[in-house]
Amino acid sequence: MTLRSMRLLAAISAPLLLAACGSDDDSTSGTTTTTGAEQQLEGGITVFAAASLTDAFDEVGAAFEAANPGTTVEFNLAASSALREQIIAGAPADVFASANTSNMDRVVEAGDASDPATFVENQLQIAVPPGNSAGVTGLADFANAALLIGLCAEEVPCGEFGREALTNAGVTPSIDTNEPDVRSLLTKIEADELDAGIVYVTDVQSAGDAVEGIDIPAEDNVTATYPIAALTDAGNSEVAAAFVAFVLSDEGQVILTSYGFDSA
Amino acid sequence: MTSRRAVARRKVHARPPVVVIPLAAAAVAFLAIPFIALLQRAPWSDLRDLIGRPVVTDALRLSLTSAFSATGIALVLGIPLAWVLARTEFPGRPLARALVLLPMVLPPVVGGAALLFAFGRRGLFGGPIYDSTGFLLPFSIWGVIAASTFVAMPFLVITVESGLRASDPRYEDAAATLGASRWTIFRRITLPHATPSILAGAVLCWARALGEFGATVTFAGNLQGRTQTMPLAVFLALESDRDAAIALSLVLIAVSLAVLLPLRDRWLAV
Repeated sequence: MTLRSMRLLAAISAPLLLAACGSDDDSTSGTTTTTGAEQQLEGGITVFAAASLTDAFDEVGAAFEAANPGTTVEFNLAASSALREQIIAGAPADVFASANTSNMDRVVEAGDASDPATFVENQLQIAVPPGNSAGVTGLADFANAALLIGLCAEEVPCGEFGREALTNAGVTPSIDTNEPDVRSLLTKIEADELDAGIVYVTDVQSAGDAVEGIDIPAEDNVTATYPIAALTDAGNSEVAAAFVAFVLSDEGQVILTSYGFDSA
Repeated sequence: MTSRRAVARRKVHARPPVVVIPLAAAAVAFLAIPFIALLQRAPWSDLRDLIGRPVVTDALRLSLTSAFSATGIALVLGIPLAWVLARTEFPGRPLARALVLLPMVLPPVVGGAALLFAFGRRGLFGGPIYDSTGFLLPFSIWGVIAASTFVAMPFLVITVESGLRASDPRYEDAAATLGASRWTIFRRITLPHATPSILAGAVLCWARALGEFGATVTFAGNLQGRTQTMPLAVFLALESDRDAAIALSLVLIAVSLAVLLPLRDRWLAV
């Protein structure tokens, strides 16, 4: 019981942290094509998706509903690790889209999903405040103790990948804070309270003018792969399978790449 | 003082109305069951190994330092504020009372963001201070203490304020007619009368500071040995290692009980 409440706590606090920076883009798509909808689909599904997919999946969901009248898609957006715990604990979910493979693997091992497919990839980028007053040019600056450097904590995917990129570049960072998630790291960079941090390309893109992105050379960069799967216990397995197919379809991929993701 | 406590004791031993007992039992059960479940899931065999890690000892040291510091600051600033709110009339008083309640209702992460905008290096006040002295509150233990004080001080202020309101002002009036100075009255009459509420307020404040998460992580960041307190360590451990998270929680509970239980008799006297 307590574990469940701790999971709940994690699920509650993630959106709270997100709320601190609140960058919602309520864009909807007017697309009305009916890709691959052979039989009549109807009913609602709940998609558990990584927080980094918030803006992109909002549009994907709207496009799916437009292409399949009679269906509704609801999202539960949180850290992939929190979603993993909720799904394993029996939360009523139809689809899981994770920001890394290890959380998906745990769900598959628990028997809650099978045959996940990679649907997008994401690269890392250095984020600096507008104006880049500290003059950061690359990963090497992360070793400068005079700068205020933030990373995601190593317990979360962006922290794991960020450290991997620094290791690839041979840089031992002088870290001032390990943020619990990527949005909380971005908040501090946007406020110019940190000189630099490592986030996803998609985060820099969705932040707009609030931060500047500096590319990490391909040989140092790390690719995050996002797997998606319909869940074994999905209440509406037909719509769940159709949604997964839609995300993997050309139409879904066009929307996702417009948010900075790379097609898988 | 002694007579007050004797009154309180008598109340404790009174026979409650029948309807009270099952409701009180339900309240106890509701509070106790989660802890029992936590104990039941605890990784007892690995416990010693888990809590001996540097990440735990660092976090515990920081948590205790910041909770006691925040309580100290809250006592120094909060008691005078409670006195002003309880005993004086001034035009801005309703506003001041609302301000005191604000950190209690605000989500702590919002409080942390507000602190960042106020005391960060580009902040309203933090900016000029940083530019002239290079001193920076965020990403340091001072930031942790500031965040804890911000969210915890209101608990002390409202507890002491209600204690002061409940105490009989005639003692102070009598002392004044006997020629005691205002400072003497405050020190010899007001403070001793308010001691139970001050103690209760300090305990609430300390407990709130010890469990503080949102404002701390938003304002002070998270770095082991510098700003990572127990709640931050628990939150991150939950992402990767559930056993470690439970072990950390047990340490936090044990430390809280060790501090709170000896004070129990005193706060019952309130």
